[in-house]
Amino acid sequence: MLLDVRDLKVSFDTPDGVVEAVRGLDLRLAAGESVGIVGESGSGKSQSVLALMGLLADNARVSGSATLQTDTGALELIGAKRRVLERIRGARIAMIFQDPMTTLNPHLRIATQIKEVITRHRGLRGRAATKAAIEMLEAVKIPDPARRIRYYPHQFSGGMRQRVMIAMALACEPDILIADEPTTALDVTVQADILDLMAELRQRTNVALLLITHDLGVVAGQCERLLVMRHGEVVERGAIDPIFEAPAHAYTRDLLAAVPKLETPHFARASS
Amino acid sequence: MEQAAHGRSLFSDALRRLRSNKAALASIGVLGFIVVAAVVGPWLSPHNYFTQDYGAIWIAPTLADAHWLGTDGLGRDLFVRALEGGRISLMIGFVATLVSLIIGVAYGATAGYAGGRVDGVMMRIVDILYAMPFLFFVILLMVFFGRNILLIFVAIGAINWLDMARIVRGQTLALKQQPFIEAARMSGAPAVSIIARHIVPNLLGVVAVYITLTIPQVILFESFLSFLGLGVAEPATSWGALIKDGADEMGRAPWLLIVPAVFLAATLFCFNFIGDGLRDALDPKDR
Ligand SMILES: Nc1ncnc2c1ncn2[C@@H]1O[C@H](COP(=O)(O)OP(=O)(O)OP(=O)(O)O)[C@@H](O)[C@H]1O
Ligand SMILES: [Mg+2]
Repeated sequence: MLLDVRDLKVSFDTPDGVVEAVRGLDLRLAAGESVGIVGESGSGKSQSVLALMGLLADNARVSGSATLQTDTGALELIGAKRRVLERIRGARIAMIFQDPMTTLNPHLRIATQIKEVITRHRGLRGRAATKAAIEMLEAVKIPDPARRIRYYPHQFSGGMRQRVMIAMALACEPDILIADEPTTALDVTVQADILDLMAELRQRTNVALLLITHDLGVVAGQCERLLVMRHGEVVERGAIDPIFEAPAHAYTRDLLAAVPKLETPHFARASS
Repeated sequence: MEQAAHGRSLFSDALRRLRSNKAALASIGVLGFIVVAAVVGPWLSPHNYFTQDYGAIWIAPTLADAHWLGTDGLGRDLFVRALEGGRISLMIGFVATLVSLIIGVAYGATAGYAGGRVDGVMMRIVDILYAMPFLFFVILLMVFFGRNILLIFVAIGAINWLDMARIVRGQTLALKQQPFIEAARMSGAPAVSIIARHIVPNLLGVVAVYITLTIPQVILFESFLSFLGLGVAEPATSWGALIKDGADEMGRAPWLLIVPAVFLAATLFCFNFIGDGLRDALDPKDR
């Protein structure tokens, strides 16, 4: 098992008392597999994955275990040293976020930002790093990458920026890609392009995907398994088809009812 | 300029906007002229700032004479002395600002990024230093050890970096919440490189505006010290020291007051206009 999360709990100390954001998450992810996490706003999806990366806010408390399979054996992520986590982040587990407009540093060229990651984790510098960065932009289908790499983020459209984010995330060939609502902030047509790109890259690189979204339609097109979260707990889990055909939990039924054209969600995706 | 063809940074956009601001542009021109004159002017003149000439005292400004801005009561050429004073005033302004900038940015960015208890302790130290009557210390030290340019730098730097640290820390706290900082942490960047590569460059705008406010403030503070008779020691001079000398002889030789006052006022005006221009140019509204 590539990633094995057991009984993960996250709570926050606040002036008004303790907020329990995640109440015992179990999750297993095999190499190359793709799992969707859906649930309403505030159900603890983002905090769960931030806990894996050791990037929770200062007032957070975490318990449970999350082991990542590495070349040198199983590595416990929860409570790991900062140095250890910094080597994992971006290299073994990479992440892309909702809003590509704000996840790139506005004052640095795209080249600088991609090369920073490549240098840190792959040790490439100068020309070699530039070449690797251009290859990544090519892989995410940004036209004329050798020129565009010198652009600043505000010279790209939203969809292009998300492609850049994906390029950065995959630059170090991670084992796991966490995508936290990667298409929510984008136009519908651009969403479809980004999703197609992710599916294609996943096939090519065999990266495992943890996809967080509100949109069951997206999950149907991208994922093999599904986790439904509510109030910090998993209320339903399993393979996509059975859940879509016969949701066990009332909350999942409500979510499904909210998806337009849910009869053929993933056939529609697959054929496009 | 080579980069303009390939990619436009937000900063070069801002510079372009600044270039279309007439007042700021004129100010940059005037200020540049004053700086160049102060640096090279004294070498070009046949006179120097310290030689006394009792055959030529109290000469009023005239185009007919080699002393075309006149002389003081010791026969020293005012043109050269005004430029020499400008050298000292501007140097104190730039150096003290640079010192407070380096300390203030490093300190403020570290405190803001670290947050929590580290931030609390660091900022309490700033509060305590704020409460110190530095001006009083400086005056005391100067009375004991005599006047000394170095002491002026230290005094001004010691006071000014506190403001810089507070401003930078506030900005850093806001920046830290930005998704791209989160994304950088997510890609494994250690704190030092996040501060150096992602926080500090984004402070450039605020810092630039703040510099244009600090330099005139420092120059003014030095003038104030000089006016109290605590600035640079004779025969060296600064605009503040010249103004004080001029004020003493206002009735007999008004040019001794007017000339350095015009230089000082023009310089302060220029910095203010440039500051305004920069603030407008860097306004995030336009991004
Ligand atoms: N620093 C914090 N202090 C206190 N509570 C927090 C903190 N961070 C998150 N929370 C709470 O944790 C809960 C889970 O948040 P989380 O970000 O995981 O939601 P989410 O499922 O990702 O929602 P969304 O779909 O809106 O992104 C929320 O109720 C939120 O208010
Ligand atoms: Mg979220």
